[in-house]
This record gives sequence, structure tokens and C-alpha cells, in this order.
Amino acid sequence: MISIKNLHKSYQMGSSSLHVLKGIDFEVEEGELVAIMGSSGSGKSTLLNILGMLDTADEGDYILDGVEIKDLDETKAAKYRNKFLGFVFQSFNLINYKNAAENVSLPLYYQGVSRKERQQVALEYLDRVGLKEWATHLPSELSGGQKQRVAIARAMASQPKVLLADEPTGALDTKTSYEVMDLIQQINDEGNTILVVTHEPDIAQMCKRIVMLKDGVIVEDKKVKQVKAAAHV
Amino acid sequence: MFNRDRWQEIFQTIGKNKLRTFLSGFTVALGIFIFVILFGFGNGLKNTFQEFFLDDATNTLFVYPGRTSKPYKGYKADRRIEFKNDDLADIKAEFDFYLEDITPRISRSANVKYKNESNNYSTRAVAPAHQAIEKTILMKGRYINQNDIQTQAKVAVIGRLVALDLFKNEDPIGKYLAFDSSVFKVVGVFQDEGGDNEERGIYIPYTTRQAIEKSNDKVDQIIVTFRPELGHLGALAFERELRLFLKAKKSIDPTDQNGVFIRNVADDLKRNQQFSNVLQLIVTFVGLGTLIAGIIGISNIMVFVVKERTKELGVRKALGASPRSIIAMILQESVFITLISGYMGMLVGVILLQNIGTTLEDYFIKNPYIDVSTAIFSTFILVAFGTIAGYIPAKRAARIKPIIALRDD
Repeated sequence: MISIKNLHKSYQMGSSSLHVLKGIDFEVEEGELVAIMGSSGSGKSTLLNILGMLDTADEGDYILDGVEIKDLDETKAAKYRNKFLGFVFQSFNLINYKNAAENVSLPLYYQGVSRKERQQVALEYLDRVGLKEWATHLPSELSGGQKQRVAIARAMASQPKVLLADEPTGALDTKTSYEVMDLIQQINDEGNTILVVTHEPDIAQMCKRIVMLKDGVIVEDKKVKQVKAAAHV
Repeated sequence: MFNRDRWQEIFQTIGKNKLRTFLSGFTVALGIFIFVILFGFGNGLKNTFQEFFLDDATNTLFVYPGRTSKPYKGYKADRRIEFKNDDLADIKAEFDFYLEDITPRISRSANVKYKNESNNYSTRAVAPAHQAIEKTILMKGRYINQNDIQTQAKVAVIGRLVALDLFKNEDPIGKYLAFDSSVFKVVGVFQDEGGDNEERGIYIPYTTRQAIEKSNDKVDQIIVTFRPELGHLGALAFERELRLFLKAKKSIDPTDQNGVFIRNVADDLKRNQQFSNVLQLIVTFVGLGTLIAGIIGISNIMVFVVKERTKELGVRKALGASPRSIIAMILQESVFITLISGYMGMLVGVILLQNIGTTLEDYFIKNPYIDVSTAIFSTFILVAFGTIAGYIPAKRAARIKPIIALRDD
């Protein structure tokens, strides 16, 4: 599903340049649930941003679902993001003046789906994250866990090839974190490919594979026995 | 542009962000409102001004006799010059090419009586041509005519306020007024845009006045109108020749400045127009300043709006919004808001101007107005600049990488 080779990324910091990714080689199969771990500054978020086409690499190849991702202009990147990717952010990033259903239907709007169908799909996905009754509520009326579930529903609504989650539980307490992870596991069990960036070992253990990043290189890449979050809820 | 979905998206954004919408809308509306009002007031000022000076026909020369200041052809200095009826005829004959009309004017004050009412009014003894020169508007009856002149008829055309004073609700036409130990039949009632003073006047045939005053043929003042197509230069030439002619006829030293006075309304007009143009310039300048202030206001608001939405735009981009759709969304929204509120501001301004009418006359602002094309053009300018002002930050926002926009702060 995802294949990257020799990925490099540097940031210009004034006169000096900060080499964040120093040649990453990395494959993800369809249906995997991968945790990308590392301390802050290890380059894990940068990697995810490049995978999510929110940022571009300086060097290296990136193939997503058989499509080579390169020479992206913003328009093309927007199209690919819309078609291939779903995002979940640490701070949810829901649009605060739109209610839950409207937030979920937003990616479909950019796909050109009709209003009626958008509404229907949005309700369907809200139902899947258990928030159908909250469809008309604004983000400010939802708890942190509910917000993240809406965000996951939004990410899934466009039926992406890959779901990218950047510290999805970073702003949540342990119990809520496990609820969210349970949801992510369920989505993964349905065959969706998911990448989770986290620095919490317990969250990483709930994935099927852990990739450890340190100082811009992969230091460890292992399959793990998945801990079911449902057992802890 | 006419994508229904996008409009729905925009309406939702507008509806859910009332403060922001109100702020930007209010800025535009206020800008255009102030512009309309100021521009209208400027025009009102011009109206008042023009009324002061332009109540008479502008192709007019007023000719007054004076006293000579130099001896000439055996006459001593300080000789009093008088105009007579034959001067009228001579001018008419001599200046046929220039002349449109000619009338004498003999002004006297008179105590006028009707039944038990009496009051002092100024009377003007004139020829029929005087009506056009003074722009006298007849409300009832007729003006002095040629027949009155020939028969020295004792007829009077009275001002609207004279009729009001003396006749109250009676119809003055056909009634008789007594003044200067004669009785005059009222044949007409007039009004005049020159104001109340003009409307407290009475016109009688000049020959009648001359008959009353011991059958002389003296004339106080001669008023001539020239053909308007002569233009300003033609008018000046006419004035020069008329002066020479009269000086020769009255045996006045050609270099004497005081024998004959000619006031050229065209000269006044030109001066007034210059003043009027300065006024117009000030109005335009003030209007332009307001417009620029409005544009700056909108630009500020647009920068603020886009800044405030940076995160939302980042989310939208992450969800697959192309830069184009981001720019289009912001612009369409801002054009919509500025158009609607600009139109409202313009409408309120125009309606207010119309309702002011003459209520601010004491402040020299009468019937302020703004012509529709100026109002619409300035609204359009404001909207256009609002759009440009929105486009720059919108474009920058569309170019920001989503990760930067989404960065937690």
C-alpha cells in the first residue's frame, strides 16, 4: 500500500539546516495497523506529514497505492489527499461552527458528492463511531473523546486508502484513549490500513507493528502481538 | 460561481460567523454610507450656492447710468447721466446682431393698499422681456404685455407673497390695488426662485410708471439679454461695444470709468462657476478620502478574517480542498458580503439624502443628492477593492502548507 525508499528531509533553521529524516525505507501492506514511535524530534511527525502529503520530501521515492507521489503542486496534493488519505489530529481540528454531521461530510463536499448523499454518508459514519445522536451538536458541545470519534468518522467518510493518525490520543485521558484506540482497531479489523504516530508505549502495543524512529532513521521495525483496547475499556 | 453547493457552504459560513460577517459588512456599509452622505451634502452645498447666484438668466447685461468723472466735449465732470426711452430703441437698432431682448427697469418703493390691508412693496416698472430675464414664473394670469406698454395700462403683476399678504384667500386676479395715487388692476401672480424678497415685488408697465411721474421718458436701468450662442467671448465683445456706443451717445470720455456701468452676469457666472468647481473639487476629494478609508477598513477586516480562518483553511486543505477552491470560497464570501452591505449602505445613504430635502437649508445644504451612477460606481469600486484586498490574504492562506496552518498553538 505504502512504499518509501531513501526518504530525506531537512529543515532550514536560519543559517544551519536540520536534517530530520536521514534515509527512511519503509513498506506498509494493506490492512496493517502500524505505530510509528519515537521521542520528540525523532522525525515521526515529519514522516507522517510527508506520507500525508502535507509536506514534501527533499529526496526519495514515495509510492502510495501504486501511484508515485512526486512533483506535487498544492492542487494535485489536495486531490490525492482527498482521494487516498484520511487524517486524525491530536487536537481534533474540527471546524467549530459546523456540527458533527457537517464536519464529517466535509471531505465528501470536496469530492463533489451531492448534498443529500453527503448527509446520508455522514450519518452512517457517525453511527459507526456511536455518535449518531450527536449529529447536530457543535464540537464545543462534545467531549474530547467524542470529538476525536467525530474526527475519525470524518477521516473515514471519504473511504481513504490509508488513515493517518497523528497522536490521536495525545489530548485524551487514558480511558478515553483506549476507547478511541478500540475504534481504530475496529476500523482496522474491517481491512483498513492505519498509521498511528504516538509516543505512548501502551498505545503502540495496541497496533500490530511498531516502527521506532530515532534521530531520523528507523532503529527498530517489529511485528507485535496486538493488545485489544476493548479489554481495557 | 453558480455552484449551489458552494453557495450553501458560503451561506452557512456567513450565518454561523455573524460577528465576523457583521464587522466586514458594517465596514463596507459605513464606508459607502459616509461617502454617499458627504457627496450628497457637497451637492446640496452647490445647490444652495447656485440658487444664490443663478436665479437670473445668465446671458444678461445690466446697464446703469452713473456720474461722469472727467470733463468731455464741453461738458463738466460730475455730470449725471440718464437713460431715456430712445436709448432703448437705439440699442435695439444698433445691436440687432447680439441682442435677444431688452427691457428697462424703474424701481420704486410703494405703499400698496387693498381694502383694509396695506404694506410697502418694491415695484418694478418693466417691459415684457423682463419676465425671461428675471426668470419670473407666472402662477396665475399673465405678465405685462406689449399692449400694456403702448396704452400705459394700469395693470400689475404681483408676487406670490404680496397676494398672500393683501388678498389672503381671495383670488387677486381682476381686483384693484391702490398705490402711487393710482389704481392698478391685478392681471397676474408670479413666483420667483430668487426667494422671498423677489416674491414681495410688483411689476407694472414702464410706460405707466413714466406717465405717473409727470410723463417723463427716463429709465433707471437697462437690462439686455444677448443670444446665448455668443458664448463668453461674444458677451465680452458685446459688453465692450455697448459701452463704447453709450459713451459716444451720451458724450462721455471713452476713458471715463464712471459714466456708464455694465454688469455682465456671464462674468459673475464664470466666477461663480469657478467657486462651484472648487466646491466640487473639495467634495470629490472628501469623497475619495472616505472611499480610500473604506477600502483600508475592508482590507483590514479581510486580513483579520483570513487570519482568523487559517486553521479552518488548513483543515479544509487536509481534507482535500484545492487552493483554488479556498480562494474562491473566501472571495465569493467577501464579494457577497460587500455587495449586499455596500448596496444597503448606499440605499440607506440615498434614502436619507432624499429625506433631508430642504430641512438643512439653514446650514446651506439644500436638496442634497448623489447621482445614481456615482453611487453605483463608488459601491462597485469599494466592492472591487474589497475583493482585491481579500484576494491577497486568501491567496497567501491557500498557499500555506496545511501542517503550518494546523500547528497547535
